[in-house]
Amino acid sequence: MELVVVSVLGADRVGIVAGIANVLARHNANIVDIAQTVVRDIFSMIMVVDISKADVDIAGLRAELEEAGKRLGVMVAVHHIDVFRYMQRI
Amino acid sequence: MRLFSPEEIGEVLEMVLFRELDIRAVTLSVNTLPAIRGDVGSAISALRDLLRPYLEHFRPAVDKVAAKLGVRIVTARLAVSPISIMLEPLGRAEDAVEIAKSLDDLAEAYGVDMVGGFAAFVHAGVSRGDRALLDALPDALNSTKRLGGFVNAASTATGINMDAVYEAAEAVLSMRPEAAARFAVTANVPEDVPFMPAAHHGLGLPDAVVNVAVSGPGVIEAVVRNMKDADLRTLHDAIKRAAFKVTRLGELVGREVARELGVRFGAVDLSVAPSPKVGDSVAGILEAMGLPRAGAPGSVLALHLFVDAVKKGGAMATSTIGGLSGAFIPVSEDALMARAAEEGALSFDSLKAMSAVCNTGIDMAGIPGDSPPDVVAALMADVMALATALDKPLGVRLVPIPGGKPGDVYELGGLYGRVVVMDLGKYSEIPLARRSGVVPPSVWRLRAG
Repeated sequence: MELVVVSVLGADRVGIVAGIANVLARHNANIVDIAQTVVRDIFSMIMVVDISKADVDIAGLRAELEEAGKRLGVMVAVHHIDVFRYMQRI
Repeated sequence: MRLFSPEEIGEVLEMVLFRELDIRAVTLSVNTLPAIRGDVGSAISALRDLLRPYLEHFRPAVDKVAAKLGVRIVTARLAVSPISIMLEPLGRAEDAVEIAKSLDDLAEAYGVDMVGGFAAFVHAGVSRGDRALLDALPDALNSTKRLGGFVNAASTATGINMDAVYEAAEAVLSMRPEAAARFAVTANVPEDVPFMPAAHHGLGLPDAVVNVAVSGPGVIEAVVRNMKDADLRTLHDAIKRAAFKVTRLGELVGREVARELGVRFGAVDLSVAPSPKVGDSVAGILEAMGLPRAGAPGSVLALHLFVDAVKKGGAMATSTIGGLSGAFIPVSEDALMARAAEEGALSFDSLKAMSAVCNTGIDMAGIPGDSPPDVVAALMADVMALATALDKPLGVRLVPIPGGKPGDVYELGGLYGRVVVMDLGKYSEIPLARRSGVVPPSVWRLRAG
């Protein structure tokens, strides 16, 4: 598995989860974990996604997700899981 | 089971997205001694042939790792063997300038932000190659854009070469501000510094290594601000934990870039380096601890606490500690340090005092363009003395501003920031600085055997 963390933040509205998940599905990237909350109308979502069978690399996926984020009015960031492994685990 | 809790992920995202946590520099350090030749034309072409295979892959590798991890890498830098060694068979200042220009061209052609190593080690005396480099200093730096250089004029083992310090002072005073910002006079400079202008490929290293420098004052400032009522031990512990995470990011990036290039991973410099961006300031951390301004009484204490916590947190985070590994307090490169200097809270005396507990010394401070060489040399020598007496690396990087008076501001831009001209005091002649010779090594040398 090659895991990346997709994080989404912005004003809540209909279709954010669908919009992001749609990009992932289109590229055969599999969501293995998802946490999502809305606090005071601010939507936040963290997804752990396996891109080992995806048809794009992490940079390509990031570019498309950022584009989808723009359409949805939310901020999207994509980081490799190693960043979290290194910083949060000894 | 979850790999990471949303809180853990959120913490990293906050650091990377909102607290300016990034990698300040990935520095590829290359042994260029095989390019030594007896004439400058052959030397330059050998240098190009040697560096080209590395440089073709370097910037792409850095960009690839940044894209993969989703982490900003601010600069990609190259460090070469001290150019003074290459000048030994040549022995002419004009050859030194030619080599400087060709390195600058190479850097530009391959997307390297800075190239370091226009350097000489003269702490106990000046050799033929050193002489050529010293004579070429102002010309070489004035006629390049990306070249960094230093003169190591003091070491704990051999003492302080006052003649070299004085020459370095005179050289700085003949440089444009943009050139002086790329030059330092140093003491005890280590072999694996990823920071300019002290970066060079040391003699004890393999043919190529990758060294990394992190940035991350914003992360630590946020931690400190969230702990308003904490006692000092608790505060120290919180900084230590944050420094661990910051350093780990450097370790990860260094390993990835080294792997991409097929060279060894060298070291992570534990130093937390500021940048002129808002929220990326070491002075911000000191002020968050409870100082009215950086430079106010208490600054040495605050810096000491911060540096110690960074070292302890960083020590566990990386397999190889390198570089300078302390706190960086460059005045112009830190928006709040620059403000403190403008307001007069920060003086050369407070910077000297802070040098005792940091690892930069006096860094990126403006001086009037017509400053007396005696005073500049004496100020540099003070820091050299601190470095040898305390057995640590320190440097002095001063930026002479033509026509500048204390309080004036000069915009260097980019990572260099706003240079504030600081007051060098009322003296113009300091006969002590003009006494020639080498200050003998301190008692540390005897302890070392």
